[in-house]
Amino acid sequence: MQSILAVDDSASMRKMVSFTLTGAGFHVVEAVDGQDALEKAQNHAIDLVLTDQNMPRLDGLGLTKKLREHPKFKTTPILILTTESSDLMKQAGRAAGATGWLVKPFDPGRLIEVIQKVIR
Amino acid sequence: MGEMMNEGQNLGGNIDLSQFYEIFFEEAGENLDQMEQMLLQLDLEQADDEELNAIFRCAHSIKGGAATFGFADVAELTHQMESLLDKLRRHELQPTPPMVDVLLESSDALRLLLARHQGRNVDAPATSDLVSRISRLAHGVPVAAPVVSTPAPVNTPQAAPVSAPAPVASGERELEIHIGPMDNPAEADCIAELFRDITGLGRIEALPCDEADRRVYRVHTTSSDTDLMDLFTFHVSKEQIQIVDKSAQSAEAPGPTPGADFGFFDGAPGVPVAAPTATAPSVAAPAPAAPVAAAAPKVEARAPSPASPESSTLRVSVSKVDQLINLVGELVITQAMLAQKSRELDSTANQPLLAGLADLDRNTRDLQEAVMSIRMIPMSVVFNRFPRMLRDLAGKLGKKVELITHGEATELDKGLIEKITDPLTHLIRNSCDHGLELPEERLAKGKTESGNITLSASHQGGSILIEVRDDGKGLSREKLLKKAREKGMDAPDSLSDAEVWNLIMAPGFSTAEVVTDVSGRGVGMDVVKKNIASLGGTVEIDSAEGYGMSVKVRLPLTLAIMDGMSVRVSDEVYILPLSSVIESFQIRPSDINTVAQGAQLVKVRDEYMPVIELERVFQVPRFEYNPASPIMVVVESDGARVALMVDELLGQQQVVIKNLESNYRKVPNISGATILGDGKVALILDTSGLVRRSRH
Repeated sequence: MQSILAVDDSASMRKMVSFTLTGAGFHVVEAVDGQDALEKAQNHAIDLVLTDQNMPRLDGLGLTKKLREHPKFKTTPILILTTESSDLMKQAGRAAGATGWLVKPFDPGRLIEVIQKVIR
Repeated sequence: MGEMMNEGQNLGGNIDLSQFYEIFFEEAGENLDQMEQMLLQLDLEQADDEELNAIFRCAHSIKGGAATFGFADVAELTHQMESLLDKLRRHELQPTPPMVDVLLESSDALRLLLARHQGRNVDAPATSDLVSRISRLAHGVPVAAPVVSTPAPVNTPQAAPVSAPAPVASGERELEIHIGPMDNPAEADCIAELFRDITGLGRIEALPCDEADRRVYRVHTTSSDTDLMDLFTFHVSKEQIQIVDKSAQSAEAPGPTPGADFGFFDGAPGVPVAAPTATAPSVAAPAPAAPVAAAAPKVEARAPSPASPESSTLRVSVSKVDQLINLVGELVITQAMLAQKSRELDSTANQPLLAGLADLDRNTRDLQEAVMSIRMIPMSVVFNRFPRMLRDLAGKLGKKVELITHGEATELDKGLIEKITDPLTHLIRNSCDHGLELPEERLAKGKTESGNITLSASHQGGSILIEVRDDGKGLSREKLLKKAREKGMDAPDSLSDAEVWNLIMAPGFSTAEVVTDVSGRGVGMDVVKKNIASLGGTVEIDSAEGYGMSVKVRLPLTLAIMDGMSVRVSDEVYILPLSSVIESFQIRPSDINTVAQGAQLVKVRDEYMPVIELERVFQVPRFEYNPASPIMVVVESDGARVALMVDELLGQQQVVIKNLESNYRKVPNISGATILGDGKVALILDTSGLVRRSRH
């Protein structure tokens, strides 16, 4: 079973994402912000990271940069969930080393669709 | 937003989102609380970046959830709030009081919207005015006052004056527009004119171009390529136009069209091999787009751990906790029963048993305390609502107030917290409305311009003490006495200060000379006192005229256990709440005077007090005539006192209160029951009911 690290400071979003992904046959590790995600990432085998951008302590871009520094996450797909699909945001995402982005709000089906494009 | 949500329903559309609503509502409430608190604490002159970010995040988080779970009205309003907050945190705008006001009002409106979605029957708040006010503030247009009459379109004119330096809006893009080849290149000028004619379209400037039959423009706009194309094709044919996104050019190669809801970065680590944006072998990417599964460490088989971040806390329904408390209560009773029986045993022969019982006693006590603590929640839950209330109130009254709180961490039973909120609100309103003076008045008196209200909570023995203190004008002894006499109350000059202050808690007594919108209307302290008394608490008032006033509320830590005094009437044992017992004394039967309709009075220190014979009230059978002198226990409730006639005082003890209503039915003059150490049931008397009875 493939593992997804779902990072969001909003409990409802986290639950929704987690429920959706679990239902699609993934194993989900939840984290409440970037910092928490970094810690969880050390202790779990992760196949994909799905992170919110705006979070306290460490945001999605910061998390992406930190993860890429780590050999274990050099090639792991990292998707950033963002409400702003602005080009600025995309540029920043690319620079940080993210794999792609997904605009919020999204529905569960869309989420699975996008994730399945990246891992299978 | 809407169309996007329908798009991907083919795959996961069968997931029922409503199962996440509860979490969302709870979370949104927490976010609103947090936002409100931070807005109130926001230093407008030197707003802290981290604070502004945190406030933004609250709105952002609610918006994200609301949009995902389909609460469009909530999403719409939070979206507006978010755009204003975004400008604040980017320092494009300076926070002002009207902004804080409109954000606070919006948070009130959001609460109502959320309550409606939760199925509660509340009026829908008018959000269109809020939306337009926020949007005007976000565009730097001053808002005079809450606009009431305008039908407020959702999208207010965003028409900034043409000359105004356009801020770099978050969604703005820099484009290069290539036009040509054209037979008549002057036709392209029409496109430049479009930007002059259509407000809000953006800015355009001509760039130098080497080829005579072509034109190149630089455009700053928030409009999508499709929209621009639609406009341009009025003047130039589609084939002649090429739009190049300069701001995104470096980021994405061909790039998904604007409006796509996801995308991958070409050559980025982990990009799918057949991703829509993946082009021919690209530039030196940080890592080759290798098959991901191979690159990632192999996942070992392991138990699906929930790994929930909330594992350190557990949400449990109150009824489960109450059941636990109840069971522990039973255990305490059983333990007391064993302890009582064990006293009859020979201490040397049963040494091990007695030692075991002593351990049981200690363990039971610890267990009881631990279980009780589950229901305890910090006072901050109540305290947190006051800054907002005082801010609104002070604004209305033209006063300046500073609220100082101490001991927010002090814990109190959940049931009590819920019931203490209203009385405390009343006390704080009183302090602000009647206690504190207007700023000029305060300055004239040599006080600080803004008044202080101190709210503190602390543990004192087995009870909790909550104090509301202000440094306002305090109570006037003369005025109170005069007023009491006007009301026909007995108010001699010989009354002590404390007794005079207590007058304001007499039913129907109000001290405000002007009945105000805020806390007048004649009801007040008497209700506060009654409510607190019903929780088994007391109210103490202290004041110094000109310097302020303090109201101390003392409450038991929990409603489940009470200090009681047990009394015997014939063979029955009754429990009186110790907090309502004033004194007890023995009398001669001849001290009781019977007046009209069989009512009895007893003379205590030259004062007549109604007597209630518990024996008669509860029709206690008496098998033998007891010639001993009766004992009077004076109890007070709602400011009135009665003497209860009993046979014997048995002592004081902590009792676990059992609800009689849920176990049997409501019985007049009885507030509950408890089980005594010997296993017998004793009824707990409702003193306020008995006092009311004596009035009839």
